[in-house]
Amino acid sequence: MTTTFTPPSRFAVPGRIAVNGQVAAAWQTATLTEIRRETPRAATFRLAVPRWAGHLPGQHLMLRLTAPDGYVAQRHYSIASAPDDSGHIELTLDHVPDGEVSSWFHTLARPGDTVELRGPLSGFFAWPGDRPALLLGAGSGVVPLMSMVRHHRARGLEMPLRMLVSARGPEDLIYARELGAETTAVFTRSAPRGVPVGRLAAAHLAPLLSERPGGGWEAYVCGSNGFAEHASRLLVEAGQPVERIRIERFG
Amino acid sequence: MNVTRGFTGRPRVVNPGLPPGQYDAGDDWPVLSAEVTPRIAPADWSFRVDGLVERPLTWRWDEARALPGSAYAGDIHCVTGWSKFGVRFGGVSLDTFFEAVRPRATATHAVAYSHTGYTANLPLADLTGGRAWIAWEFDGEPLAPEHGGPARLLVPHLYFWKSTKWIAGITLLDHDEPGFWEQNGYHERGNPWEEQRYSGD
Repeated sequence: MTTTFTPPSRFAVPGRIAVNGQVAAAWQTATLTEIRRETPRAATFRLAVPRWAGHLPGQHLMLRLTAPDGYVAQRHYSIASAPDDSGHIELTLDHVPDGEVSSWFHTLARPGDTVELRGPLSGFFAWPGDRPALLLGAGSGVVPLMSMVRHHRARGLEMPLRMLVSARGPEDLIYARELGAETTAVFTRSAPRGVPVGRLAAAHLAPLLSERPGGGWEAYVCGSNGFAEHASRLLVEAGQPVERIRIERFG
Repeated sequence: MNVTRGFTGRPRVVNPGLPPGQYDAGDDWPVLSAEVTPRIAPADWSFRVDGLVERPLTWRWDEARALPGSAYAGDIHCVTGWSKFGVRFGGVSLDTFFEAVRPRATATHAVAYSHTGYTANLPLADLTGGRAWIAWEFDGEPLAPEHGGPARLLVPHLYFWKSTKWIAGITLLDHDEPGFWEQNGYHERGNPWEEQRYSGD
């Protein structure tokens, strides 16, 4: 007797894309080519990856540093760049005070250094540009969302795309110079004159959800667990179906 | 070995309990789930075991809680890289549930599913022999919703994405069917000691 299992409830939406296991399993060497400061705490690291097989906006990779005694530290990082940046990818990293990997990047790394990485990984948070996208991010949670925005622009996609980003203040807003009419910024601690200070709220979501694009929004939420819990609950309370909310939590 | 210029890593002691590629999360317990956290009252929770079994059964909260208790004290390991040492979970051994439903000899694999519809596949052998639990307590307190409360599956010898939060049931099959993360690029089994992180590892 062969039984086939069918999930009983709503969240079992299929993944967005299948991940190529052979590609994801292979470590490759990447060369740091450029470092750009984004905010006092965050910088973008541009890497040449000659054998990069491409990615979709929203995917992440695993990065590995090796010490002389063989000790390795590996961490997941979201990919910030659009897929079309041939032979290169960009990562934007917060400087975590005790973070052994982010500290190396922020204090020691310089162009010409090599690191190892594998990916792209996980097809669930990916956005191929095929559905209207409502993006909610906080802090460095904006990184995979920016890949989506850049993809949207680079391809000139007609598909509706809106982004809400939360930052402590204007000086902490990553990619501030690049954000356009698709983006609304929410400031939780300090804001420019005339802009209210406060947490992401239902009032920020209401005008976006009332747009109701054809087929409905696919919502992507990325940030700390606290932000992800808050933002996803606001979405549900505003009527966004739970099976159309994808969450990436920076643990 | 591809040494990273200038990288030394943080001071470290050799911990034999740390699988390769993992780091000690200390007191942190990161939350990683791809869906909206459901708020499930114990009265609305149930757990079913069916598929290739002699007698499919469903337990309500009070019925499950009345079963003989079984605790796990040890470590847990997440595929994203953190491990957490010396955790204590309270619940009931899956063996107790399986004794009641009596798996058929043809059953080789299982799909664990949550009240949200999340799924994880496991070889049946990874769920038996005192190595898996339905857990509702952490450190003597009720399991928090974001960690899978009121009850989750606990399979601590595999990466933690297999330990399905908000567990709703387990279906036994005579073949393997990839679950949620397995369909999204993760390894079929997920043994941390063999670094079975992604498909192809």
